[in-house]
Amino acid sequence: MEQVKCTCGHVNPHGTIFCESCGRTIEENTKQKKLLDMRYEGSARRSQTYKKTFIDKIWNFFSSVKVGVWLIVITLIASAIGTILPQEMYIPPGSSPREFYQQEYGFVGQLYYQLGFHNLYGSWWYLILVASIGISLVICSLDRVVPLYRALKKQGITRHESFLRRQRLFSETSVTNTDEALAYVKKRLGKKRYEVREENGNLLAEKGRFSRWGPYVNHVGLIIFLIGGMLRFFPGMYVDEVLWIREGETKSIPGTDGKYFLKNDQFIMEVYEKDNEKDVFEEAIERAGDGMAVKNYQSNVTLYEPEAETVVGAESGLKKIKDWQIRVNEPLKHDNYALYQVDYKLGEFKSMSFRLTDKETETDYGMITVDLRDPKHLYELDNGYSVEMVSYFPDFYFDSEGNPDTKSKVPNNPAFVFKMITPDKPEGEVSFVAIQQTIEPFGDNEYKMSFAGIETVNVSGLIVRKDLTLWILGVGGLIFMIGVIQGMYWHHRRIWVQNVNGEILLAGHTNKNWFGLKNEMNYIIDGTEIKSPIDQTQVEKQDE
Amino acid sequence: MAELSGNLLYISFFLYLVATFFFGGAIRDKKNTTKVNRWAQIGIIITIIGFISQIGYFIFRWVASGHAPVSNLFEFTTFFGMMLVLAFIIIYFIYKTSVLGLFTLPLAVLLIAYASMFPREISPLIPALQSDWLHIHVTTAALGQAILAISAVAGILYLVSSIDQTISSKKTFWLEFIMYTLVTTVGFVVVTVIFSSMDYEATFSWVDKNDQEAEMVFTTPALVGPNQGELLTDGKLEPLVELPAIISARKLNTVIWSILVGSVLYGLIRLILRKRIGAALKPLVKNINLDLVDEIGYRSVAIGFPIFTLGALIFAMIWAQIAWTRFWGWDPKEVWALITWLFYAAFLHLRLSKGWHGEKSAWLAVVGFAIIMFNLIFVNLVIAGLHSYA
Repeated sequence: MEQVKCTCGHVNPHGTIFCESCGRTIEENTKQKKLLDMRYEGSARRSQTYKKTFIDKIWNFFSSVKVGVWLIVITLIASAIGTILPQEMYIPPGSSPREFYQQEYGFVGQLYYQLGFHNLYGSWWYLILVASIGISLVICSLDRVVPLYRALKKQGITRHESFLRRQRLFSETSVTNTDEALAYVKKRLGKKRYEVREENGNLLAEKGRFSRWGPYVNHVGLIIFLIGGMLRFFPGMYVDEVLWIREGETKSIPGTDGKYFLKNDQFIMEVYEKDNEKDVFEEAIERAGDGMAVKNYQSNVTLYEPEAETVVGAESGLKKIKDWQIRVNEPLKHDNYALYQVDYKLGEFKSMSFRLTDKETETDYGMITVDLRDPKHLYELDNGYSVEMVSYFPDFYFDSEGNPDTKSKVPNNPAFVFKMITPDKPEGEVSFVAIQQTIEPFGDNEYKMSFAGIETVNVSGLIVRKDLTLWILGVGGLIFMIGVIQGMYWHHRRIWVQNVNGEILLAGHTNKNWFGLKNEMNYIIDGTEIKSPIDQTQVEKQDE
Repeated sequence: MAELSGNLLYISFFLYLVATFFFGGAIRDKKNTTKVNRWAQIGIIITIIGFISQIGYFIFRWVASGHAPVSNLFEFTTFFGMMLVLAFIIIYFIYKTSVLGLFTLPLAVLLIAYASMFPREISPLIPALQSDWLHIHVTTAALGQAILAISAVAGILYLVSSIDQTISSKKTFWLEFIMYTLVTTVGFVVVTVIFSSMDYEATFSWVDKNDQEAEMVFTTPALVGPNQGELLTDGKLEPLVELPAIISARKLNTVIWSILVGSVLYGLIRLILRKRIGAALKPLVKNINLDLVDEIGYRSVAIGFPIFTLGALIFAMIWAQIAWTRFWGWDPKEVWALITWLFYAAFLHLRLSKGWHGEKSAWLAVVGFAIIMFNLIFVNLVIAGLHSYA
């Protein structure tokens, strides 16, 4: 690896554009523009120096900011496409995506579905895009931060004259008393909190160098964030379960491997009623409809864990951990798990009661109550009467062949086939009973099951969540914010003052906020003969 | 209390308008163009009084309702306007450019006027919004967006000043397009104010996309009507075109009216000026230092970007984890916040590494603002999602 020795004696790595120490231009083939390209301090970047092997090519591809920007733009456009129609996760549950998109949005919807845009953010190519951005972040940063660090560390105080002349802010003045002027400027620089270094009567004043590391710090934060996002796919890091739990019910919390149990004591839904709210809300409540807007969804629950010393096989008792009122925005948190209020069902059928009666005499032979979640096979009544449950359809409908069937196990529309066994009909009479409907399949019966009441219960829809990646994402986000603030709210400013043959050369460089730097330079020379620096980009423009 | 709050908002609206004229006067004052002149001083004082008055609106409304007034489209957009004024005041004291006031304050006025076209009554909060994160997330996001919006104002300034108006080109076309969009927003305000002062209401019965009969109330004469719509109110305009059920006829109708009135307004302006709006504005900015405007644009992105990230992404994620069980769910509003963020990230990379300064940077700043407004208006009103509160 050849190295380049500058006339000032400093040895630069191969590929350096201008000398790290004195700033004299090294690369002969670079076009001599009026202003120096100060990006990355003219340091030797791997991507600009090595272009031979396959690895060099990969490295150079991802180290290009142009490629990085393209990746960002493509991701941006792809993300936008994903919002044209709702994503798969937002279509009504239970509907088939293929049919839904076609029915709702016609040809466009069909095309959207076929292109896979209905699940765009989970598609392999979207993940590849995000991963490429991640790779680009790493390589871009490494390609620049190491040489930049080196260049800023090795920078000399005395610079080659050409370096100063080719800075954007520059002035040149012949001063009567250079020493006095320099001493004055030095004092003023100190007042502006510059760190001033002196060598042979030349000054280098610098401040805010740490802001140069901002971009690299924020990229590290982003990478940690992306890694955190990937960790979710490792087993044990992430739990996402739905728990439907009825009032009065105690259930093992899914996703906790039986470690925790939950009892739903009560589900409450409150609405805004204008009589109960502040007067200012009256207009809004009326517009939405009195009692239409929801004020609160709440599940009063008790969290349990199995008692510790359980003998294997023995019925284990539960130990209460805590009572909690789960509301939207107020999940129950315990041991990395969180339970959220997300859904509800009011008045789910719990049990139905029927009376066995004689059709003609209306004589009542007793009442049975069917627990719709757990129906019994046989209901005994007094005096030799009993009712046998032959079939039970919790969510009854007639299938395509006209036979009764059930859509689900949820008792939305319960129907029963009862066999009514009486002393005079020991074989029993069969009756099909559904809501508002009775069918007697084998001809006229003497007895009937008459409806005697229904009990309902509210159901809470909860989500069980554990996400052990959150703290990593938090750390990533924090580092990103630190980096972005460090880079954006501070500026790296350097001012060079040099005495060249009785002429005072003044030059300034910053990575941003030239306006502020110019003001500061004017402040430090205020009271001396030194001329105010000229913005040479403007001179360039006028020359054009 | 609520009434006082409303009046304070009117006052600040009026004061911003007045201040605009003073900033206009500041530029016309030819005697001293470099230093802050009397006109500009009065302008900034009026702006500050207007801002304080709007803070009063904000505080009193907060007290009246018990929650920070950032919970629906009216409240958010008004707050956005307020933050825009705040951002302007800060930038003004750094750079002392009165011409920025001439362009920023009308934008704030327009935002507040636009906001007032939506339901303004104080509403109680739905359960998902009942959290302190409402205040933290929404205010930070709005402040970030407002500071970013300043870069668009600087961008427009730059373009008005730098684009050659003697020949007609792609650039003059797109600059006029920006002006036309702003005029159309005025058109929307005009249409809404006129018809609501007439109490125009036409009720239609129609069939929605689930084949359900429903009613729809138009507050502007129906140029386009809903699917199988039948006019129920007597003596109102029968629609000329019937739309499929998938499109909201009422919203599209308002959009058509706004564009119609906006186009008429724009045509009138062109007739009066006898040149492009961009060309008419050009003399106002002839004294500005383009590098300084470029710097203002860039600095507002540099200052706004971290605040936007914090408010619209990080705080948003924290709240989403609490309220919606997950920090990220690809809801359209979330995605468009990400798109905004990616866009400004691209902006910064292009500027820092590819040297996109000046005009290129100015165009990008305008596009960035368009994305922010798209997220504010279109995503809330058209794309249904979890954030559609208004």
